[in-house]
Amino acid sequence: MDTAETFEKHSVGLVETRYYTFDRLPLRSGKILEPVTLAYETYGTLNENKTNAILIVHALSGSAHAAGHHTREDKHPGWWDIYIGPGKPFDTDKYFIICSNIIGGCSGSTGPSSINPATGKPYGLDFPMITVQDMVNAQWHLVKHLGIEKLLSIAGGSLGGMQTLKWAIVYPDMVNSVIAIASAASLSAQGIALNEVGRQAIMNDPNWNDGNYYNAKGPDAGLSLARMIGHITYLSEKHMHEKFGRRFKDEDLSVASFKHVFMVESYLHHQGNKFVDRFDANSYLYITKAIDYFDLHKDYGTLHSAFAHVMANFLVISFTSDWLYPSSQSKEIVQALRVNGKNVMYTDIETDMGHDTFLLDYEPLKKTISNFLMREFERVSREHHDI
Amino acid sequence: MNIGYDLIIDEITTGSKVLDLGCGNGELLHLLQEKKRAIPYGVEISEEGVFQCVEKGLYCYQGDIDEGLADYKNNSFDYVILNQTLQITKRPAYVLCEMMRISKNAIVSFPNFGHLKTRLQLMVKGTMPKNVLLPYEWYETPNIHLLTIRDFQDFCDKNKFPVKREYHFSPSINGESRRVRFCYNMLAQYGFFVLNGEHFSGLNEC
Repeated sequence: MDTAETFEKHSVGLVETRYYTFDRLPLRSGKILEPVTLAYETYGTLNENKTNAILIVHALSGSAHAAGHHTREDKHPGWWDIYIGPGKPFDTDKYFIICSNIIGGCSGSTGPSSINPATGKPYGLDFPMITVQDMVNAQWHLVKHLGIEKLLSIAGGSLGGMQTLKWAIVYPDMVNSVIAIASAASLSAQGIALNEVGRQAIMNDPNWNDGNYYNAKGPDAGLSLARMIGHITYLSEKHMHEKFGRRFKDEDLSVASFKHVFMVESYLHHQGNKFVDRFDANSYLYITKAIDYFDLHKDYGTLHSAFAHVMANFLVISFTSDWLYPSSQSKEIVQALRVNGKNVMYTDIETDMGHDTFLLDYEPLKKTISNFLMREFERVSREHHDI
Repeated sequence: MNIGYDLIIDEITTGSKVLDLGCGNGELLHLLQEKKRAIPYGVEISEEGVFQCVEKGLYCYQGDIDEGLADYKNNSFDYVILNQTLQITKRPAYVLCEMMRISKNAIVSFPNFGHLKTRLQLMVKGTMPKNVLLPYEWYETPNIHLLTIRDFQDFCDKNKFPVKREYHFSPSINGESRRVRFCYNMLAQYGFFVLNGEHFSGLNEC
């Protein structure tokens, strides 16, 4: 393999996104989505006993492309490349890693920008409302399709964390362990508020046109603004200060003007503009709404009863400076699990980097995931051997 | 740092469900898992301790030891252990009551402030005691509720805590815990109590 020469030593190398289509998916809303396509990627090899499969689920703007590169020229690896690869926490020498895109998204899976078979045009707002459970139900089809009866682990951060919790609750006998990072049993009112501002930014862009923009220029300004708000929430105040301070983009300009921007403004503009190229505004609306509606307390009466029948072992991780999914919300999950007598490992990692810490190269996080998976794999292998 | 481990291991029956409050790097729980096939759970405040627990494959919660105890049902555990930690807890009475409520047995061991060395140091030298038992300077000690064996006995009497066993000890040179029967409040370095929590149903009892 010459990939090692092209990419860094611990990269999974060249990868490609694959697609799995199945007939129909009954949704929580009562509607039926048909047909359904899920984009996914896999890394590593499934072992003979099929005991080493790990499902990675992504956050709001993620995709199936979690690791490696799509082309040799591709400078940007998958979104969790730091954590997935040979010798990395999700060690592709040991585990078979699946990363599935979510329905409602715009990176190859069925979503509002897909063609509605009933009309032959993109769904737009005709796309049904989806929930986190619908996302998980769709992934269940993929996992079954790949011939896996029980996953060694399911891991994800943020919305990904919500999906891991749902997986453990809805398919208890298919999940050996869960890694829920910077997650919550329900989003806070503050989180919903910020999501709504993002949605309003999109809906108030005249180009949005009630979601019918697929043959015209889309609501780029609105989507970009939504992303800028998002990025503010992903960083902590301290991290933002350390990263940008009050520095200007162009220090030579001494005259105050609206063109004379601070570094932090420039950063947000850049993030906003970059996002428009790869994300669909309607997907942003549908997915944020699914996050807002996610509520394990309400769905099961209490959080305690939500976890009453889970069988997985849990690794729950929060970050001290995360104000979007604060530590208290992870602790609440852990408490409910503990009271139910479930095996749960919890750490509140000291960091200034805010919600997005799970996407960054952060040694304590890497070590914790790596050790947890190693122990879970040992246990599963031992149990399998005993049978 | 393995003070009283041998006594605790002897005390615990095979296959028990054990919660260690302040489990540190998880060494005691790991030993209990190996030697007594215990089902181990831990609570630890330090990130480093928790990381080491993950490495050992132990399920551990990062937080204050009194955090979340209230959520457990009565007698959820066979044993709850508070080893060399009582003197650090902010609310010792609360923690002890909760330990007895959530577990059939509560094991409590602590450095005995009434030990001869400690007494002499204060009396003869006139300085705050600093020795094997209390290895800190006054300005850096985490100990906020120091006590003697007699203090703990009085406390149990007053609150009607059923003491199952007392086994006050000093470690010998090879690390083994040696029981001190005679004049233990002056001669035993550590107090060791097993409280019966089986019929203890809540805080209103203390």
